[in-house]
Amino acid sequence: MERLTVDVAIIGGGTAACAAAVALREAGLTVALLEKRLCGAGASGVNFGGVRQQGRDFSELPLSRRARVLWDGLNAKLGEDVGFEATGHIKLARSEADMAVLEAYARDAAEYGLDLQLLGPNALRAEMPWLGPAVVGASLSPTDGQANPRVVGPAFARLARRLGAEVREHAPVRHAAHDGAGFTVEAEGVSVRSRSLVNAAGAYGGAVAGWFGEAAPVAPLAPNMVVTEPLAPLVTRSIGVVGGDVYLRQTRRGNVVLGGGRGTADSADGLARPVAATSLGAMGKSLTLIPDLAHAQVIRSWSGLDGEMPDHIPVIGPSGTTPGLVHAFGFSGHGFQLGPVVGEILAELVTTGRSASPLQPFRIERFAAWRGPYRSEGEIEH
Amino acid sequence: MSEPVVAIVGAGPAGLRAAQVLAEAGLRPLLLDEGHRAGGQIYRRPPPGAERPEAELYGFEAGRARTLHDLADALAPRIAYRPGTMVWGIAERGPAGFDLDCLGPHGHDRLAVDRLVLATGAMDRTLPFPGWTLPGVFTLGAAQIALKAQGMAIGRRVALVGAGPLLPLVAHQYAQAGAEIVAVLDVTPLGAKLKAAPRLAASPATLAKGIWYTMAGALRGQPVRSGVRAVAVEGTARVEALAWEDSRGRRHRVPCDAVGASFGLRSEAQGADLAGCRFVFEPVTRQWQPARSPEGRASHPQVYLAGDGSGIGGADVAELQGERTALALLADLGRPRDAAREARLDRRLARQTGFRAALEAAYPYPHHLVDGIGDDEIVCRCEGITAGVLRRAATERDAREMNRLKALTRAGMGRCQGRVCGHAAAEILARTLTVPVEAVGRLRGQAPIKPIPLREPA
Repeated sequence: MERLTVDVAIIGGGTAACAAAVALREAGLTVALLEKRLCGAGASGVNFGGVRQQGRDFSELPLSRRARVLWDGLNAKLGEDVGFEATGHIKLARSEADMAVLEAYARDAAEYGLDLQLLGPNALRAEMPWLGPAVVGASLSPTDGQANPRVVGPAFARLARRLGAEVREHAPVRHAAHDGAGFTVEAEGVSVRSRSLVNAAGAYGGAVAGWFGEAAPVAPLAPNMVVTEPLAPLVTRSIGVVGGDVYLRQTRRGNVVLGGGRGTADSADGLARPVAATSLGAMGKSLTLIPDLAHAQVIRSWSGLDGEMPDHIPVIGPSGTTPGLVHAFGFSGHGFQLGPVVGEILAELVTTGRSASPLQPFRIERFAAWRGPYRSEGEIEH
Repeated sequence: MSEPVVAIVGAGPAGLRAAQVLAEAGLRPLLLDEGHRAGGQIYRRPPPGAERPEAELYGFEAGRARTLHDLADALAPRIAYRPGTMVWGIAERGPAGFDLDCLGPHGHDRLAVDRLVLATGAMDRTLPFPGWTLPGVFTLGAAQIALKAQGMAIGRRVALVGAGPLLPLVAHQYAQAGAEIVAVLDVTPLGAKLKAAPRLAASPATLAKGIWYTMAGALRGQPVRSGVRAVAVEGTARVEALAWEDSRGRRHRVPCDAVGASFGLRSEAQGADLAGCRFVFEPVTRQWQPARSPEGRASHPQVYLAGDGSGIGGADVAELQGERTALALLADLGRPRDAAREARLDRRLARQTGFRAALEAAYPYPHHLVDGIGDDEIVCRCEGITAGVLRRAATERDAREMNRLKALTRAGMGRCQGRVCGHAAAEILARTLTVPVEAVGRLRGQAPIKPIPLREPA
């Protein structure tokens, strides 16, 4: 059994956790990161790949705005191309009621400095003549875009290692506790003593919080994804719809990634699986948006395990019970864009006890009165 | 209680024998097959109206082919036979059973079944070598398909390269069909075959004849050259010649316009993966396969396995296993057992195991080909990923297992989903890391097993 003593232990190896390890090393602290499988292989690595501010809960917009700046410098920071492209994110309306939702959102988002352009049917058709007749209008966020989720988390993990963080993969954490003097984290093959502890355990974040007497109802969430073979360039922007039942983008390579609906999530074995009926449903819906996809072949479907909170925004902030413990989990299907900034925020919280970003809405104490489990349902907006 | 719904996936030798046993027991199994006519790859039948004499199509396998085809025709009215139907998704349906997502002549269909017999067969195992992506290079299996289904050869002057019994078989079939074969190159050493010969000679399997052809050099004056190394296809826009080094290190070159090349077989086991079966590494053929008991039971209590899809055994073994696993299934359903029949099959299967081991020993894995794969060689053809990219992912990007390698490089992410490149990529990754190939794991399967159209066919 390996024994490590560090300033900060991190439970979880997603993008936020690995970015926190990087930021903490940059701040001069020693770090041990414990990941149950491989870094960036969970929700961080198998998500849709949207880098999107538009459509977020307004409480998330300040973080998302700050994250967007980081994405521009990510290749340089990581020394690797993570495939980020500011293709814009366009949210489509399929009815007048949908359009009213987009108009109201754009008005309020402006207060957060997010500039959205509303497009009527003619402007929309002029820009995207390949959209089907079901679409009546849209809201465009030109600064949003997409990236390759499979490479971002692993690249942060490698940078953390290069900076001297102790990164342990295939090291599921069995238990963590605070004994008055510090934290002890028991993982497979390794035991860590630390002054601070970061809980970035995703779908298992609630269980970790529970070890410290805190309630955080996290439901397993498995977004269902489908991808086509590479196609000629067609879908110029990352696309979502009001209601969130389908979303799609075309990768640099040409594959069209389609999300929509849910797979099955099994938090016991940590695996999420796509569901054939859901895949077929998303395929059918994508055709009503983009009829030209009719001749594409679907080559793969997948899902991944994320954690969803009852109010669909994450827990980010200090523990309410245990000084030195900091949480960041439950990103509810839209954490990919936030990952890099959450890493910075976690480092701020560990080193100074506070953050430059407003975290009040994400306090874990909002669930203090929660009793029993939470079961998530409904669409995941993109 | 209503009759349980049993689905058999694959109508080759294993699936047909399983269907026969279940039909004899009064069940009406579903027989789902991608092929438009039963027989599988080995006994593939031409489309109606394009039939040719069996001896021309199947060579020394003609008798077996006829028997299986007659069986398929006789069974058709007694089972629910769905040809032209691809099972692209398998999901467990609680408390016990599966949903099968199928794409057939009439579009998508979801079938609820209680038990599953997977007889999904095998495909050629490929390895990259210089020129292997040039037009005019086929697998040996594809060369057979061209012959059996279309009655045509892959070229006018054909060179064949292999590392398994398929090589002499295809050579024999092409020679029988009148094709011009300019070279038959075995990348495994002759010594291994000579050593295995006594055990092979004792085998009842027709496949042993293939080995005999190899050693007798009886392919119409075309001796099989064994121990060949450094195979390279030459040509600019398509195949123009095949070059190689013989066992004494001399270079050779023969002009040709088509090459058939593959290196053993790999089980088509994605269905077992989706059904939740446990996989084990098979060290002789160096591949992961669903765990199968001698009676054909998978690790999943409602799944049964037979044929090359769960362990390369050849067509004769597949027939025996199909029959045996169907008997195991009937026993699990509480049907009366025929102990004598089970024991007879078990004895014959045990004998085949010995023969199979000898066959594998006759064709040892061609490690020298893997070592010779240059950094510029494309390994993943769908995504255009070279061996160098894979090696650098291992040395510079912490890729230690196959799914991470796929995530970082896109190898195995294209149309074939790693069915073609996965084996070579694993060998390259393991060599680069200097670990056993089983240590890098295997690509997780996901639906669809093969591509499906985004718009449902009308």
